[in-house]
Amino acid sequence: MIQFENVSKLYKQDDTLSLDNITLKINQGEFVSVVGHSGAGKTTLTKLIMKEESPTTGSIFVDGVDIEKLKSSDLTQYRRRIGVVFQDFRLLQNKTAYENIAFAMEAVGKSDEEIQTDVPHVLELVDLSNRMMHFPYQMSGGEKQRLAIARAIINQPEVIIADEPTGNLDPMNTQEVVNILKKINDLGTTILLTTHNKEVIHSLGKRVITFEKGRIISDENNSKKI
Amino acid sequence: MFWISFKRIIRSGIINFRRAGTVSLSSVLVVTVMLSVVGIIIFLQATLQTALQSIRDRVDVTVSFVTSAPEEKILLLKNDLEQLPEVREVAYKEREAVLADFRDRHQDDYTSLRALDELSQNPFGAMLTIRATDPSQYETIANFLEEENPSMKKYSGLVERINYSQNKEVIERLNGMISGAERLGLIVTLILAFISALITYNTIRLAIYISKEEIGIMKLVGAENKYIRGPFLIEGVLYGVIGAITTLIIFIPVTLWAKHNLLQFLGIDLFSYYGSNFLQIAFILLVVGVFVSVLSSFVATRKYLKI
Repeated sequence: MIQFENVSKLYKQDDTLSLDNITLKINQGEFVSVVGHSGAGKTTLTKLIMKEESPTTGSIFVDGVDIEKLKSSDLTQYRRRIGVVFQDFRLLQNKTAYENIAFAMEAVGKSDEEIQTDVPHVLELVDLSNRMMHFPYQMSGGEKQRLAIARAIINQPEVIIADEPTGNLDPMNTQEVVNILKKINDLGTTILLTTHNKEVIHSLGKRVITFEKGRIISDENNSKKI
Repeated sequence: MFWISFKRIIRSGIINFRRAGTVSLSSVLVVTVMLSVVGIIIFLQATLQTALQSIRDRVDVTVSFVTSAPEEKILLLKNDLEQLPEVREVAYKEREAVLADFRDRHQDDYTSLRALDELSQNPFGAMLTIRATDPSQYETIANFLEEENPSMKKYSGLVERINYSQNKEVIERLNGMISGAERLGLIVTLILAFISALITYNTIRLAIYISKEEIGIMKLVGAENKYIRGPFLIEGVLYGVIGAITTLIIFIPVTLWAKHNLLQFLGIDLFSYYGSNFLQIAFILLVVGVFVSVLSSFVATRKYLKI
């Protein structure tokens, strides 16, 4: 489903090689965790998949399509197939919880009726029914992250990229977020989770790719080294 | 689909405008200041035009006729002159009126009046006073009055004097002065309008800069550029419309004050001018306000949409 072929990313401003000749493949329905210290290249990996950044060399294929060759209009359609969850939540601050999710639906052209039915439903799934009309600044870190997950899944994307989603959360909220992601994966959605919290990853018992200084140093599946 | 998106964009723009609070208020204030400058420019132009018109009105060409010139012929020439597109109006003054004017002007000049009394008859011929639609056209009118002009053949020997050649230099200098003043007015207008538009653009750009992260988030959830940009443009429309209405309201007491305090100085009743040109001024302010605000929003969002 997602394939990196000899991908390198060099940030010219500070001459940092963030990814160094990466080749990897993520299959449909997989739950892949990417671990590594800060600066290991985890976030660059997600930015490249989202096409927020372009690789310096190499190619990235999603469902066989080279995403570097996508036109601006196709890029919008492409991004609609991916749900994103960030460490800093990236919620729309001037919109309520309901409006944040409704916006993601409006953006893909869903009808008012669908929005009115689906938004309360997804908010209930992440246990935020009672925070529907609250703004992000009125919510706790855990609530914000659950809201971000709700927004990411509302349009039933094929992939969810969760970039350090537990980075700002306490252990209880961390477990809650991980459980939600597991449930989503059980329903068939591919999950790419980046984190530096190895305990969380090992508790999942799924595929784990470890990054260091822009390189893959291990790729383990169910604790079995590949 | 288009109408649903359009409706959502408008709703979103209005909600964002309301929620942005201080940012919206400061943007509206800056647009109001810009439109006030535009309004002041309009009033200054009107004042300048009034001043120039009053100078234009003081310029004329007079044709003095010989004393024996028959009135019907003079009136015929008056009629011919009125047919010329360059001529705004022609005033006929009978011999007696010319004499009365002379006496009036020289009432303290005992020698002249005595000399006049010693004459047994009125030495003045009738006069035609001609006003052109524009001071630059006096030369054309003067050429028409030349004896060589075939149309003037029938009036041969009737004209005693045309004062254009005496006034020529003054008229030409006045023409230069008027066009210079108009050019200067235009340059000042353009500079002020440009500065105002630039300040407005920067304020709106700053307001959008605050939202740059949100624009990035919208892109990442798969929103199309037009859907992201739309609400910002609606906010721009609101800045323009509210700014224009505020400016129009502010000008009511301002022009009323100018009427009571600056009428003598300006030579124009700005309050009456504002009242009689209200719809045009409102239209100009509305169009300028909305255009500058929407264009600023459009340009400012473009940068952040290239993610």
